[in-house]
Amino acid sequence: MNILNALFKTSLGKKVIMAITGLVLVGFVIGHLVGNLQIFSPPEKINAYAHLLQSLGPVLWVIRAFLLLMVGLHIWSAIALVLENKAARGAKGYANQKTLRASFASRTMKWSGLIVLAFIIYHILHFTTKQAYGPELFMVNLDGEMVPDVHTMMVLGFQDPLVSIFYLVAIGLLTLHLSHGLSSMFQSLGLRTRAWAGCLNKVSLAVCILYFLGNAAIVGACFSGFVKVQNENFQASSGELCTPNCQVCETRLASNN
Amino acid sequence: MKLDSKIPSGPLEGKWEKHIMEGKLVNPANKRKYDIIIVGSGLAGSSAAATLGELGYKVKCFTFHDSPRRAHSIAAQGGINAAKNYQNDGDSVYRLFYDTIKGGDFRSREANVYRLAQVSANIIDQCAAQGVPFAREYGGLLANRSFGGAQVSRTFYARGQTGQQLLLGAYSALSRQVGLGTVELCANEEMLELVVVDGHAKGIITRNLNTGEISRHSAHAVVLGTGGYGNVFNLSTYARQSNVTAAWRAHRKGAAFANPCYTQIHPTCIPVSGDYQSKLTLMSESLRNDGRIWAPKKKGDKRPPSQIPEEERDYYLERKYPSFGNLAPRDISSRAAKEACDDGRGVGETGLGVYLDFSDAIKRLGADTIKERYGNLFDIYKEITDESAYEVPMRIYPAVHYTMGGLWVDYNLMSNLEGLFVMGEANFSDHGANRLGASALMQGLADGYFVLPYTIPHYLANLTASSAPSTDDQEFVKAEEAVKERTEKLLGNKGSKSVKSFHKRLGNIMWDHCGMARTKEKLEEAIKLIPELRKEFWADVRVPGEGKELNQSLESAGRVADFLELGELMCRDALAREESCGGHFREEHQYEDGEAKRDDENFAHVAAWEYKGEDQEPVRHTEELVYESVKFATRSYK
Amino acid sequence: MNVKLRVWRQKNSETEGRFENYEAKNLNPNMSFLEMMDVVNEDLTDAGEEPIAFAHDCREGICGTCSCMIDGKPHGPEHGVATCQTYMRSFKDGDTITVEPFRATAFPIVKDLVTDRAAFDKIQQAGGFITVRTGAAPDANSIPIGKEIADLAMDAAACIGCGACVAACKNASAMLFVSAKAGQLNLLPQGQPEKDRRVLSMVAAMDEAGFGNCTNQYECSAACPKMISEEFISKLNRDFVGATVRNAVKAKAL
Repeated sequence: MNILNALFKTSLGKKVIMAITGLVLVGFVIGHLVGNLQIFSPPEKINAYAHLLQSLGPVLWVIRAFLLLMVGLHIWSAIALVLENKAARGAKGYANQKTLRASFASRTMKWSGLIVLAFIIYHILHFTTKQAYGPELFMVNLDGEMVPDVHTMMVLGFQDPLVSIFYLVAIGLLTLHLSHGLSSMFQSLGLRTRAWAGCLNKVSLAVCILYFLGNAAIVGACFSGFVKVQNENFQASSGELCTPNCQVCETRLASNN
Repeated sequence: MKLDSKIPSGPLEGKWEKHIMEGKLVNPANKRKYDIIIVGSGLAGSSAAATLGELGYKVKCFTFHDSPRRAHSIAAQGGINAAKNYQNDGDSVYRLFYDTIKGGDFRSREANVYRLAQVSANIIDQCAAQGVPFAREYGGLLANRSFGGAQVSRTFYARGQTGQQLLLGAYSALSRQVGLGTVELCANEEMLELVVVDGHAKGIITRNLNTGEISRHSAHAVVLGTGGYGNVFNLSTYARQSNVTAAWRAHRKGAAFANPCYTQIHPTCIPVSGDYQSKLTLMSESLRNDGRIWAPKKKGDKRPPSQIPEEERDYYLERKYPSFGNLAPRDISSRAAKEACDDGRGVGETGLGVYLDFSDAIKRLGADTIKERYGNLFDIYKEITDESAYEVPMRIYPAVHYTMGGLWVDYNLMSNLEGLFVMGEANFSDHGANRLGASALMQGLADGYFVLPYTIPHYLANLTASSAPSTDDQEFVKAEEAVKERTEKLLGNKGSKSVKSFHKRLGNIMWDHCGMARTKEKLEEAIKLIPELRKEFWADVRVPGEGKELNQSLESAGRVADFLELGELMCRDALAREESCGGHFREEHQYEDGEAKRDDENFAHVAAWEYKGEDQEPVRHTEELVYESVKFATRSYK
Repeated sequence: MNVKLRVWRQKNSETEGRFENYEAKNLNPNMSFLEMMDVVNEDLTDAGEEPIAFAHDCREGICGTCSCMIDGKPHGPEHGVATCQTYMRSFKDGDTITVEPFRATAFPIVKDLVTDRAAFDKIQQAGGFITVRTGAAPDANSIPIGKEIADLAMDAAACIGCGACVAACKNASAMLFVSAKAGQLNLLPQGQPEKDRRVLSMVAAMDEAGFGNCTNQYECSAACPKMISEEFISKLNRDFVGATVRNAVKAKAL
């Protein structure tokens, strides 16, 4: 049996696909979070980071395609497993079946996964393709080059309480998804051993908690005004001077009027 | 009937090797032309099926269970003996042989027992290689414990689940052969008749327990490994489904039934708690190392044990057997418990129980030490009785747990019916009148792995007919008709009493009349009562349901019907054996101190019974037990 | 004590089943659950009705034959015991107890509460063994095995093959069973030569039998009468990945 056959045809193989794609996606969301945490630094940082990503060109598309493939495989294996499990359980279910040990997270993977999927689509439309209620994109001067002002976009993006709440809920569900997914991944790949089981569970839990807190901090900081918009164009458009006597703002305001 | 044991001549040590050399072999290319039917999938059946399949024979293995792994060998707890001498404590093949002969009260065959001891070491090698997780020492070598009063540590074990692990080992070997296609596994198939063609066993008739389908199977040889018949007592430590039917059907077709009265009764079981009881559970004998057995001195004393003062307790084993005390052998302590209860001094709700008291040991050693030694057993006891043996004494009572008797076989494990081989507990040969602890597993695997595969080729090679008879043969048709007729008779009876009620009544008769202590009067009474009960059974039993589907009442009815015949034979055998030996104790034959009085002059023989037809008196044949190497000795435990 | 029973009755695998209600009266709390069923069956027989078919044999928790789903848990409310070791004192007077067969596509119902678990045998036949010809074994002490490993192998070997793991799993997965069986042999030095083959064959047989997939909820382990740990599942996963990779590499070598 070659590796592909083993991965795609056997029950354990599908779980390995689920685990490995999950691992990649966990890596991605953590990286994504770390990048976004630059919102707490001066705007140049996160804007430079975003610009760097954008400037990758074809490489960015390769990365995107890869992530999409991971998401696709993750979902495919989930669907395949669910269908097989349904068939294995049979048409006639129990009249009475108790849950003995299974965690809430593990029992709601299907739903948390589906809602997170919906969230991801919204999130991309929201911030990447800017088709869904996306905040206006401003440009900013970065070392002499005009680049998109991601910092402002994020802060503006979380001004709407509904959007912020949706983000918080979705992040909460993603965390729930991860709380089972992470430890499950170790189990499916056979990395969970008696010696490591306790440690892995704790690390998984800690990662989940930190992940949620990190994301909640970004949303909370933007929503509460702890992090403020610093783009002069935005401030100009909203009829304010970024700093007293700012010449640029004054010129813009004048021209707008 | 001719009973030729076919024991090879020559010195004891060389008999087996000589026999192997003299036996005919089957050409490897011809092996696949021979069909062998194996009935039963316990230690003997699974190991024989695996080995014969591996050798190249065409094997069919039948079990009435849904899987071979369910056979009752699985329940053996203690261990398996082997003359490995890994402990350097002076064990040897000869010592194991001698202990077994002596333990069997000089009623087993010398040559068979010696062979058993010889191959015992190979069994451990085989099982260890199969991955049986035997207990080990920190250095990685196999651990041993002493067992059953032996003076050497030769018992190998896997926690308290040795039988399970050995069976799973044999089952894995069998599974391998099934996967390779050399063995056909016929699960859910119960053998209901043996087919004999021209004096040779040539096949069986089975009923599929799930579909009710009756089918014929032919072969060059039929091997039975169908276990013991202790369930004739209804309550025993046997599994509920264990039965005598396969062996009994063979007996009715001409196979002699040897020493049916030899029954082993284990002293430390959890007592019956009510009429609903379905099963007795064994508590390891090791408990007697620290527990003290007693009964109240006063008859009908219903006070809780803590309120019975020391001077009103009768530590009867310590009183009667001062040197062995609570460690007196199984048969002796069982009988003593029965006497106390018969005397009206039994304890518990039913009055059938005595105390096994750990309070002194707990005082002396502390509860922790007791927990360390017996925690597991105390847990089981608590699970079943809801009582903590740390606080109140355990209640124990003897229970039937092994039958030494079985179908008569020669040195080749072949019965007097040509082509019918019998292994394990189903045959009679190796344990004499009493089996030593940790020897049942040894015998089952010895027969299946290392004896039958050497002896069966000799029979097969001598067969003149090149093929197994067609299942269209007249004998097959007749046998199948008989099975169908019997099934229909049971189903069509429409009586008023359940099968279970008859089983209970038979069990009570057997326990009262042919149990731990037997008398001429009681046995004669039973020989009248059992046929009456049998008659009533056939007139008034009610078997609900249909024959063409799973019908557990029907299965049980057929088995109880056979027990109703076997029970009578056991009583006849016990009556005819005018001596006390091992598990057979006749009150008329005891020394003044209550010890068993063996009669080597008149009864150093195997009694093999020939079936003469329904309601006809069976005929008792004998095979003299010739001891070339050992001398008779009396057991004493004072 | 008295209890009410809601028992699944089904004539055979072809027909539809349904729940029937029964009453079990004057019970002794020290009765085992199966003895209570015996009493109910005796009453049914006396009343001219067909008794309830249920699987049972040794009645001491080792043969693995008994198999009911009792009040939503395989083998009843207690932890670490089989149905035959469940006693009526675990229930309250007046309780209504729901008794169902184990349900899984791979375990078709034979009748009432009896299911056919031959799928487990098929998995064993595919690879649940160490190939050793009878008589060809070396001396048992020639292969030392550390006590820890031997004890672990024994933990796995304690499996009684009852199928509670499958019954408890929302996906009817047999992973705990397969991992215990394969794990026992894969832990031991004797089992090494065939390890990869064993794992791949047993997993293939498990899939073919129609069992579901493990979603790491460990209901199996919680329902197991021998309390076998889900760690063996992790080990099976590890052995499977290793076997697959080694197999792929080996095929290209030479």
